[in-house]
Amino acid sequence: MGFLALGLTLCIRAALAQQPFIVVASTTSTEQSGLFAHLLPTFEKETGINVRVVAVGTGQALDIGRRGDADVVFVHDKPAELKWLEEGSGVKRYPVMYNDFVLIGPDADPAHVKGGKDIAVAFKTIADVKAPFVSRADKSGTHSAELRLWKDAGVDIDKAKGPWYRETGQGMGPALNTAAALSAYILADRGTWLNFRNRADLGIVVEGDKRLFNQYGVMLVNPARHPQVKKELGQKFIDWLVSPHGQQVIASYRINGEQLFFPNAGTDS
Amino acid sequence: MDTISQSFALAVSMVAHLEPRLTQIVALSLAVSLSSTLCSALVGLPLGAAVAIARFPGRGPLIVALTAAMGLPPVVVGLVVYLLLSRAGPLGQFGLLFTPPAMVIAQTLLIVPIVAALTRQIVEDAWLEYREQLRSLDASWLQSTLTLLWDTRFSLLTVLLAAFGRAAAEVGAVIIVGGNIDGVTRVMTTAIALETSKGDLPLALALGVMLMSLVLAVNIGAHLTRQWARARFG
Amino acid sequence: MADATIRQGAAAADVSIAVKADARIAREPAALPAAANADPAVIASGVDVVRGGTCVLGGVDVTIRAGSRTFILGANGAGKSTLLRVLHGIVDPTRGAVTWGQSSTRPRGHAMVFQRPVLLRRSAAGNIRHALALYGVRGRVADERIRDALTSVGLSDLAERPARVLSGGEQQRLALARAWALKPAVLFLDEPTASLDPPSTRAVEAIVENIHRIGTTIVMTTHQLAQAKRLATDVILLADGRVAEQTAAEMFFREPRSAYGRAFLEGERL
Repeated sequence: MGFLALGLTLCIRAALAQQPFIVVASTTSTEQSGLFAHLLPTFEKETGINVRVVAVGTGQALDIGRRGDADVVFVHDKPAELKWLEEGSGVKRYPVMYNDFVLIGPDADPAHVKGGKDIAVAFKTIADVKAPFVSRADKSGTHSAELRLWKDAGVDIDKAKGPWYRETGQGMGPALNTAAALSAYILADRGTWLNFRNRADLGIVVEGDKRLFNQYGVMLVNPARHPQVKKELGQKFIDWLVSPHGQQVIASYRINGEQLFFPNAGTDS
Repeated sequence: MDTISQSFALAVSMVAHLEPRLTQIVALSLAVSLSSTLCSALVGLPLGAAVAIARFPGRGPLIVALTAAMGLPPVVVGLVVYLLLSRAGPLGQFGLLFTPPAMVIAQTLLIVPIVAALTRQIVEDAWLEYREQLRSLDASWLQSTLTLLWDTRFSLLTVLLAAFGRAAAEVGAVIIVGGNIDGVTRVMTTAIALETSKGDLPLALALGVMLMSLVLAVNIGAHLTRQWARARFG
Repeated sequence: MADATIRQGAAAADVSIAVKADARIAREPAALPAAANADPAVIASGVDVVRGGTCVLGGVDVTIRAGSRTFILGANGAGKSTLLRVLHGIVDPTRGAVTWGQSSTRPRGHAMVFQRPVLLRRSAAGNIRHALALYGVRGRVADERIRDALTSVGLSDLAERPARVLSGGEQQRLALARAWALKPAVLFLDEPTASLDPPSTRAVEAIVENIHRIGTTIVMTTHQLAQAKRLATDVILLADGRVAEQTAAEMFFREPRSAYGRAFLEGERL
């Protein structure tokens, strides 16, 4: 059977060998926001490089990079990314863009947080009132941000959690589905929210707080550790993303006229 | 109910317009599941026939194990194959992860037990019927195996169609080893998972309707084949 | 259907047969001389067959005369089918030995027809072709043998019909054709007419006679005494797995030597 698999590999490789490609491990929120569908065709047209995106949670994306199964990693969890670099899995981190998280909640708004500008206050209130809250609980960038916000709000979530706090272990989309079904609060990235169709009675209740800032970084997988990594092609992709042209393409992505991602390459983010 | 009728209409329109992305996804689904069915036939048919005819210590437990393995959870198979094919794993040097061949491997492992266990049942029943006559004709083990496999070919065909149905319908294995990469490893089931997670339920359901139509067509084909064979060959 | 006059112990080449137009016999050189002093076709010595603790055959010594039509008789459960299979070599005895001519390994030139014909999901001709292929006979030689075999059992116009849709009688005739095509030195038959109606039974009997006539030794079991009377040259009577009598048929039917034999013929409860 190994022969058959090899044969198939060679056939497919031959078929696709016309075009060079890289594998980018990224997050579900990046893909589901529609950014890649907007970005990649332009990159491919200009460089001839096909980008294959494996979209999973940040934790899994970093693990894929760690194992050498991808060439580039593109996620949004700075602490985790720095740790990943420290352990020698990657070369260098380049900030690319940011967007923000928004607190989503039901029309009924049982915690009365709607319209507020302070996310920590909102989180504290929700915990005190024990209003239903859906957490991704999947080691994603969004999940890490959510945990940081509980800390900022002075809530020890491990102690405070109860039946009101639903840990789904799912990606952003499925978690939003769950929140819609339960009429619960949920922290989401704006991109996925704007692209999300199954809203039921949910809407944005808190936004704009600086702590809702969500930074994206891109890193090349360490070719010293994984020799098969396509370091030139991967670096080309990274260079394109942080180039003024690439940054412009990122900024031009809109949903219903609204800009989703704000390029900030070259800054210390 | 509204979502369902919406989806149905959407499904019909998608098929009618032969949207290129849709046809690409369907074509890949068929290619992967047909390949894995073929591979599982190459392994499972001889294996099942051999277990049916041969007598050896441990045969009973092996049959139980094969039957139990028919119920292997696809996600578990996917995870194991992922660990095997990852660059960090033992078969990493082939670079198969996140490619269609990886999906074929995972699905083949998933359905080989089905093919082997059901083939064993069918061939063993035929063996009981033909054993003495084949012995009388002094047929060797190999000749007997080939005779039985050919003679039960219609039943075996329905086994393969059942295996194909299982492969085409599963998502757990292919999503882990394939990565659901747009344009490369996205098949019908993983596309449905994706659209559902995006909250685009009508589209997900439309794809689901198409998938079920495919599996239904396969099963109708199996049924008609059985009927025809019975009438023609007895 | 072929209608034949039988003369016991006649040499193959000299027999004249009256046959109906559509069944011709292929005149072939005798496979074995039918003279009584030829080497025995099969000898079983001291054969025991024990299955699941029960003794199915015990201390069986039989000799099958080459060129004979030997019938194995006995009550239900007497071990007739088992003995037949031991003589054919498809069942190994628990104790004792079977020799065929000089050899203790089963020769290829023997065939068996079962009570229920075992046919593959192929055409009638295909079934015969399959058996011939197992014997390494293919191509034009095979085609010819298939034609002859089907003709001699009167099935030539059903050659391409799927074997399993044929009637019971036709299927059994096909099984005989398959055996015929292999040109067996010995043909074993296990109650071949038990599930057939009288016309089919007569047809099968006629074919058996024809096969015998071209030199094949016949070993057959039956529970129909009349059939044995009609066809047998030699008789082996089994009682509870043991040989009660083995003699020439004429002798047996006229005056059985054993008390069991006498009781058996009178149909008494045994």
